[in-house]
Amino acid sequence: MAAETLGWWGVPLGILAGTLRGSAPFLFVSLGECLTEKSGKINLGLEGTLLMGAMSAYAISYLGSEKWGMTPAASPWLGVLVAGIAGMAMGFIHAWLSQQPKVNDIAVGIAMIIFGSGVAFFLGKPFIQPQAPQLPSIELGQLFSGLPALQSALKISPLFLIGLALAPLMNWFFNSTRPGLFVRAVGDSPDAALAMGVSIKKVRMLCIIAGSFLAGIGGAYLSLVYPGSWTERISSGQGLMAVALVIFARWNPIQCLWASLFFGGAQSIGPALQAVGIDQGYYLFNAAPYFLTLLIMILTCSPKKTLSGAPGALGTISG
Amino acid sequence: MTDVASQTEPNTLPDLHTITAPPELEVVNMTKRFGSLVALDNVSLHLKPATFHALLGENGAGKSTLVKCIMGFYKPDHGDVLINKHAQAIASPRDAHKYGIGMVYQHFTSVPAMTVAENLVLSRFDSQTVINWKQELDHLNAFMANAPFKVPVETPVGQLAAGEKQKLEILKQLYLKSKILILDEPTSVLTPAEADEVLGLIREQVTDGKLSVLIISHKFREVTSFCDEITVLRKGKYAGTGVVKDLSVAQMAEMMMGEKREPQKVEKTPHPEVVPVLELKDLHANKDNGVEAVHGVNLTVHSGEIVGIAGISGNGQRELVEVLAGQRSLTGGQVVVNGKPYFATRKEIDNNHVFVLPEEPLKNACVAHMSVAENLALRTFDKPPQAKGAMLIFKAIRDMATNLINTFKIKTPSPETPVGNLSGGNVQRTVLARELSSEKINLLIAANPCFGLDFAMVDYIHSQILNARNRGVAVLLVSEDLDELLKLSDRILVISGGTFAYESPIETADFAAIGHAMAGH
Repeated sequence: MAAETLGWWGVPLGILAGTLRGSAPFLFVSLGECLTEKSGKINLGLEGTLLMGAMSAYAISYLGSEKWGMTPAASPWLGVLVAGIAGMAMGFIHAWLSQQPKVNDIAVGIAMIIFGSGVAFFLGKPFIQPQAPQLPSIELGQLFSGLPALQSALKISPLFLIGLALAPLMNWFFNSTRPGLFVRAVGDSPDAALAMGVSIKKVRMLCIIAGSFLAGIGGAYLSLVYPGSWTERISSGQGLMAVALVIFARWNPIQCLWASLFFGGAQSIGPALQAVGIDQGYYLFNAAPYFLTLLIMILTCSPKKTLSGAPGALGTISG
Repeated sequence: MTDVASQTEPNTLPDLHTITAPPELEVVNMTKRFGSLVALDNVSLHLKPATFHALLGENGAGKSTLVKCIMGFYKPDHGDVLINKHAQAIASPRDAHKYGIGMVYQHFTSVPAMTVAENLVLSRFDSQTVINWKQELDHLNAFMANAPFKVPVETPVGQLAAGEKQKLEILKQLYLKSKILILDEPTSVLTPAEADEVLGLIREQVTDGKLSVLIISHKFREVTSFCDEITVLRKGKYAGTGVVKDLSVAQMAEMMMGEKREPQKVEKTPHPEVVPVLELKDLHANKDNGVEAVHGVNLTVHSGEIVGIAGISGNGQRELVEVLAGQRSLTGGQVVVNGKPYFATRKEIDNNHVFVLPEEPLKNACVAHMSVAENLALRTFDKPPQAKGAMLIFKAIRDMATNLINTFKIKTPSPETPVGNLSGGNVQRTVLARELSSEKINLLIAANPCFGLDFAMVDYIHSQILNARNRGVAVLLVSEDLDELLKLSDRILVISGGTFAYESPIETADFAAIGHAMAGH
């Protein structure tokens, strides 16, 4: 690992590299969940969607280059697209089920986690062994440093850049476009939205599907960029953590970005320390993101206050 | 309505927003059923251009259903809406807007988390996908400059007081250039002065021939001072129509009720020896968002006295009542009941015989999914005879429930019906039955006990509260209805911005001063 030549400097560098590499799935899923929750529904099933995205992207990337004669440069991008579409399909199921009368979206979400991971494992079995072409990355480090450690740390995936651009874009969407205001209205006060002649079901359907599309892309990042393989343990609960992260980010896309970077960084504490030879408590450090999630939930929840920024209709059951 | 609607061409009407005179609106023989319930039975209504028309009726008379059919929320089973003598199919509020009809709802329809500007822009049916905020704000400021009332544009609606929210709702319709304004009890959250101001300004627009108004109201004072004509519904049926200046209040009431009634007058018994029951000492409490809502109030309520607290909602009265009901923890000061510190634990509530009629009883005083009988037993289920050790004695619970259902005339299919299935009035009766049936009541705290209920129910609740007072109960009555407070209270206070801004015995209470204190002057 690069850190060997850098000594203790390897730790912050490792965390920086991990932040740039590992935060994209958090970012995509949390932006997707942010959009979903702004419309007043919760989609816990994004964990399942993430796995479906990872599996389908990997499978299509592999099949594209090996069986369908695509170039290894093109097939991963097709994989990304298919991952998004797979996400949309999952989103449609969730949106349809969770908007039935007296159906609780949390319960549907848990079912969708199990369903999504089950389908992904079932269909993904044949793709665990073969190596699929990966998405290219931009070698940002070569521009200003000859240090190989820094170069490998500053490899940035274009998907991550898209995610970076998406956060302010979504913020602009919520504040300065009519559909964005409608989404907020539906999420905060469905009665008011109804009075404006907005179809709550349609808006939520579209938001959940679009959110799931993003989560699917997040899955593609997992299998085609980092860690860059398809295994059943690939998501390790990142989808669920991203849902918690939205609360942490107060339903604000820009803050989703900061929170994702923070979580991505926390996730790489364990590996970065291991790289400089600290093996003790490796699993404990690896648990840092989970620990942080719990801590944040405890710190931000108070029985005496409602969370500011929480969409008013969140967690209510319609009809 | 489909057969007639299909014959009309959509282009026969000119664009209604460009002509100044409001169109003529007629409803002909409209019927609407919900399952087996006939909410509207062959009702007709005629709103002439540039008139102020009141739609009267008791709760459940079908007023809201009628206007919702006009607005396209409900599809009537039978009947037509005629605009300038042409039958028009109105399938959604958007269609209604096309014909220049806009409605101000009983509940606020603005999105609390958004600013006034965002809400106004969003309410428009024609604005572009991407909002040019600079241009919109210029436009809004220009609109506000000529509007009959002003609301700060950049403030989130959630931070506006109820009166301002109501003004915003009406402004929204003016902003949308609606020519026919339907108002569903628009003044229920306003002070009398605010109500007069708002209705007066709308009246001017009507007199100038710019608007027609159809208003649902319970308040005869408003009908007699602002309206031209009335249409009355009774139990879903058309009960009559008339010109306001030809009718007396008693005649209008008779049309609504179907019979003449005198307002009930309950005598207040003087209590020579009073003891302090409830004392608030420098009480502080926070809102949900952590901002202080009650800033150190001091108050003593004696036995056999009704202390009324007036105030516009959002001035700390809700938090105050929640503290007293044990729903909210105080951040400073002390509550003393019968001379001892009081923390609203179940034991203390029980020992001190404290009872509460909170606002929104279904939310604050009932478990909606539990049966009427179980809800009636919430105070007593853990004591003999309804409990024996850890066991509940269901027969005792059911017997008591049947008894209370009869005494308090709760209309419920059975004691086992979930209380959430009852109408608002009967939920209120259920809570009243539970809270007022105890043999020993020491302190009664009531918050907006009559909100949204009809005349008969209001009279009933008032007499129950007065009865309690005459038995020597100390009553703290928090209400937004000033008439109610003036009728019942022995002493009246005004809460404004979390402190008491006015206090007076009822005999010397000054209406104008109360209004001033409520408005925060």
